[in-house]
Amino acid sequence: MDMRRPPRTVSDPKVRQVGFVTPSGAPPTRSLSDAPTTVAAVASAASASSPPSGEISLPGSSLSPVMIPPPRHASSDGRPSAPVAVPNPASSLRRESLRIRVGSYNASEVVLGTPPSASPSSRTDNAASEFSEETMSPWHGRSGTAKVASSFPGSTSEMIVMKTGVGGGGGAGSTPKSPLTTASVVKTLPGISEKEREVLMGTQNDGAGVSKTLKEKTTKAERRAVQEAQRAAKAAAKEAGAGVKPSAASGSAVVANTKQGKIVKPPSQKKDGPQIAPPSGSSEKKVVDRPPEKDRKKDVPAPRMQFDDKHRVEKAKRRAVVNQFEAKNRVELFRHLPQYIHGTQLPDLEGKFFQLDPMHPSVYKVGLQYLSGQISGGNARCIAMLLAFREAIRDYSTPPEKALVRDLTAKISSYVSFLIECRPLSISMGNTIKFLKNRIAKLPDTMSESEAKYSLQSDIDRFINEKIVIADKVIIRHAVTKIRDGDVLLTYGLSSVVEMILVYAHEVGKQFRVVIVDSRPKLEGQVLLHRLVAKGLNCTYTHINAISYIMHEVTRVFLGAASVLSNGTVYSRVGTACVAMVANAFRVPVLICCEAYKFHERVQLDSICSNELGDPDVISKVSGRQDLNHLDNWADNENLQLLNLSYDATPSDYVSMIITDYGMLPPSSVPVIVREYRRENLWI
Amino acid sequence: MRHVTRKERREIRFFRCGGATSRPNADAPTSSPDSIMEPNPKPNHGISAYYQTRAEHHAIISGDWLSQAQAAAAAGHPPEEPPASAAASKPFSVIDEFNHWRRKPDLAEAVAAIMALVAGIRSSDATTMMELEIELKKASDALKSWDTTSISLSAGCDLFMRYVTRTSALEYDDFHAAKLRLIERGEKFGEISLKARRTIAMLGQDFIFDGCTILVHGFSRVVLEVLKLAASNRKLFRVFCTEGRPDKTGLRLSKELATLGIPVKLLIDSAVAYAMDEVDMVLVGADGVVESGGVINMMGTYQTALVAHSMNKPVYVAAESYKFARLYPLDQKDLEPALRLIEFGVPIPAGVEIEKSARDYTPPQYLTLLFTDLGVLTPSVVSDELIQLYL
Repeated sequence: MDMRRPPRTVSDPKVRQVGFVTPSGAPPTRSLSDAPTTVAAVASAASASSPPSGEISLPGSSLSPVMIPPPRHASSDGRPSAPVAVPNPASSLRRESLRIRVGSYNASEVVLGTPPSASPSSRTDNAASEFSEETMSPWHGRSGTAKVASSFPGSTSEMIVMKTGVGGGGGAGSTPKSPLTTASVVKTLPGISEKEREVLMGTQNDGAGVSKTLKEKTTKAERRAVQEAQRAAKAAAKEAGAGVKPSAASGSAVVANTKQGKIVKPPSQKKDGPQIAPPSGSSEKKVVDRPPEKDRKKDVPAPRMQFDDKHRVEKAKRRAVVNQFEAKNRVELFRHLPQYIHGTQLPDLEGKFFQLDPMHPSVYKVGLQYLSGQISGGNARCIAMLLAFREAIRDYSTPPEKALVRDLTAKISSYVSFLIECRPLSISMGNTIKFLKNRIAKLPDTMSESEAKYSLQSDIDRFINEKIVIADKVIIRHAVTKIRDGDVLLTYGLSSVVEMILVYAHEVGKQFRVVIVDSRPKLEGQVLLHRLVAKGLNCTYTHINAISYIMHEVTRVFLGAASVLSNGTVYSRVGTACVAMVANAFRVPVLICCEAYKFHERVQLDSICSNELGDPDVISKVSGRQDLNHLDNWADNENLQLLNLSYDATPSDYVSMIITDYGMLPPSSVPVIVREYRRENLWI
Repeated sequence: MRHVTRKERREIRFFRCGGATSRPNADAPTSSPDSIMEPNPKPNHGISAYYQTRAEHHAIISGDWLSQAQAAAAAGHPPEEPPASAAASKPFSVIDEFNHWRRKPDLAEAVAAIMALVAGIRSSDATTMMELEIELKKASDALKSWDTTSISLSAGCDLFMRYVTRTSALEYDDFHAAKLRLIERGEKFGEISLKARRTIAMLGQDFIFDGCTILVHGFSRVVLEVLKLAASNRKLFRVFCTEGRPDKTGLRLSKELATLGIPVKLLIDSAVAYAMDEVDMVLVGADGVVESGGVINMMGTYQTALVAHSMNKPVYVAAESYKFARLYPLDQKDLEPALRLIEFGVPIPAGVEIEKSARDYTPPQYLTLLFTDLGVLTPSVVSDELIQLYL
């Protein structure tokens, strides 16, 4: 990964300069927005400039536009003068928006603020990059921080830190700086004024020098002075010649002004130095910034591990309880997914039972059930997990000298990682774990252990009841209104909600017929068929191959979902997309039944980037057909790769309606539900 | 907490108040004589009361409708206040009340529903908020079941009920204060409705550009308002009106537009595709806007939208936000059937069936934008607004 980054970053220096600049580069951003020079000019200047030290410039360039930290210093520093003379409206606007983003981020941070957890386990190995990560974090959205951090080679971290320091200097005074920052700032100090003067002289004509020089000095006062100068220059220019071309006269005026301003600079800079870096600052910063960061890492139970990343896989292996075997003949496009490993680890795991002292037996049991496939289906897995956690919490006692909140969170995390090893988490489980951890984190300190445990257990019960059981009832009630007499309903695979809907509709006396479409290798539809026929429903059973034949007689398609993503994409058992697409082509409405706790704010456009691989063997063999043995030794043939995907993504175009516990919605409204109720879900 | 406040704001937006209670505009030219002659028609089975009223208000019943209407206007409106003694003498009936308000040609159905509910509050002798709420719930259920085909009616009831529950839950400890507040707000609703129409006209007329040709299907007060405002802003455009069988709503609209000096051409309903080449945009009203973002409107809207869509012409819908309803039809048949009498002018041969449905459902993918008093929305925003309002 590290190897991949630098070239890319170097290749696009312009982006870097326009967005924000290297350590001392923070000021240039400022000057950028205020200087009368055009952005383009500055950009070219910047790319032309030779930074004082190579390692500084490199990381600077390594920041992609996405990672641009809003120039905090600019927001606060520029406050007095910002509205006055901003010749380039576009840039001022941009700064405005950035400032807003900072604010909102902080606000959310406060809301989400969770107690700091001190366990170093989740920290990145590379201390430097970790540091950069935590310093960077406040400026990026919640997502992707980990990636950002890891993308910086160790050497680059210094620069980031510097930037952070500079940025923070202007920001709220409370923001502590790292000692590193000051050091580097001070180091760059001496050279500045000289160089700057020169460059500034040159600046007015071609604009080339500005960013370069400014890059090297840092303080508020300096920047203000420059700004002042530029403002004056602009005014002068306007008066002089209708502002068509800044004349030479105005240029000299600027230089003069700048010189005046510079006198102020050095002292203020010195003053800034000590302010910026109280030694306690860095530690405080850690406390302030890391928890959310770590929290994030833990909360989102990293379903996105890239399995084609060797380092990470190695690391994961070392930690793993479950033996990981290298899967053979991996499919190229899906290498990044956790490869399916043959069921051999089951006995192995069973043997380990007594070694795994930290694992609660009930969690262990659930894990094995996941592994063996005894429990499958979003709701079932989720409930099983919750019940296991509930038992684990019941049997939990805080070890001496530890806080329940932290220790239990760590415990749950270890359980979760065990479960992930057994089978990748579903999105519903991820959301549920998020909920549980939130509850733990929100436990008041005053609460006694038994009370806390009791409250958590009842929270779990309530979650199961409200978000799953009752939600299903509501969904059923809504869905039944869409079933008319004489309908032919088609469903695919086995969805617990759809089954309940069909049974209920039958019970209330609706006259309808059901078409159950099934597919290899799971043949879950047979389970549904069995149950429905036992209840006396009129059913037709077919395989997905016949979907286009059967669709013309169907009037409604009811489908379950593993998750609904915020662009309306439905993530569900593989084959669902096909059914939905055919239904759409036949103008048959497709109704997705999904509890709102399975909604996720992620956006996914295909089934490739996040999916789960199943056992490739099961698609090579057909039970009961000994004659179909052509693929018997498929693993020996390197040219043959079998792909057994578990899920697929159905684009929202094919979905007519999503039935959730909040009512019947178009797929375009999923983000509204996520936005309006996510917090509520977490808090209940 | 945060989203509660947001909803609250939304609520306020819906109930934003102006001045006094609205009264039917005296200059509204039509008050059809039929409605006066037949004071309280129960919807005979199968026939949609909503569409009957619409026909009475918007359709041309005879050739000299204008003189008739003027005569009716001269004769004066029916008494505006509900008979105060009625409450005392006989048990209060919310349906009678609703029918009374419904007669007024310039009053939207949702407003009439809210007026009826307000009258219900006034005559109620409940002593607690809970009691009042239950009573109101009953009244609104009665209203809704009285005419299941009217979307504005149920939307109006829902909206008001929503407001009642919010109010009682939130601010007022004193029951009487709360009651008065409810009455006041309800009475202002008519005002709000008119204001909404003006807002929509302001927003909508921006989309009308000089030299454009607009195809209008059905008669809608909002659409008329938009066109009126555009014309008064000296925009030069022409309008194609569909005939609008069986109510001949197009005749009424074309007459109104002609008096404003807007060039109008009348098309028969089947000429929509023929004329679509020349058309720059389609503008329709709506009986209801449903959760998917689609609209329910007079029969023929769907085909007009389909034709426009296939020719890449924009389809705009002008509708007040109180017409947003928590309905989600999946297809045409997924609606409560709203039937109406259709006259063909000649005897129908025995054994021939007649499609009597008065409305159809236009799915959101065929609509371009909705002009509402909440702003110009894409169809998918409708559901967001509904979620924020009702959840």
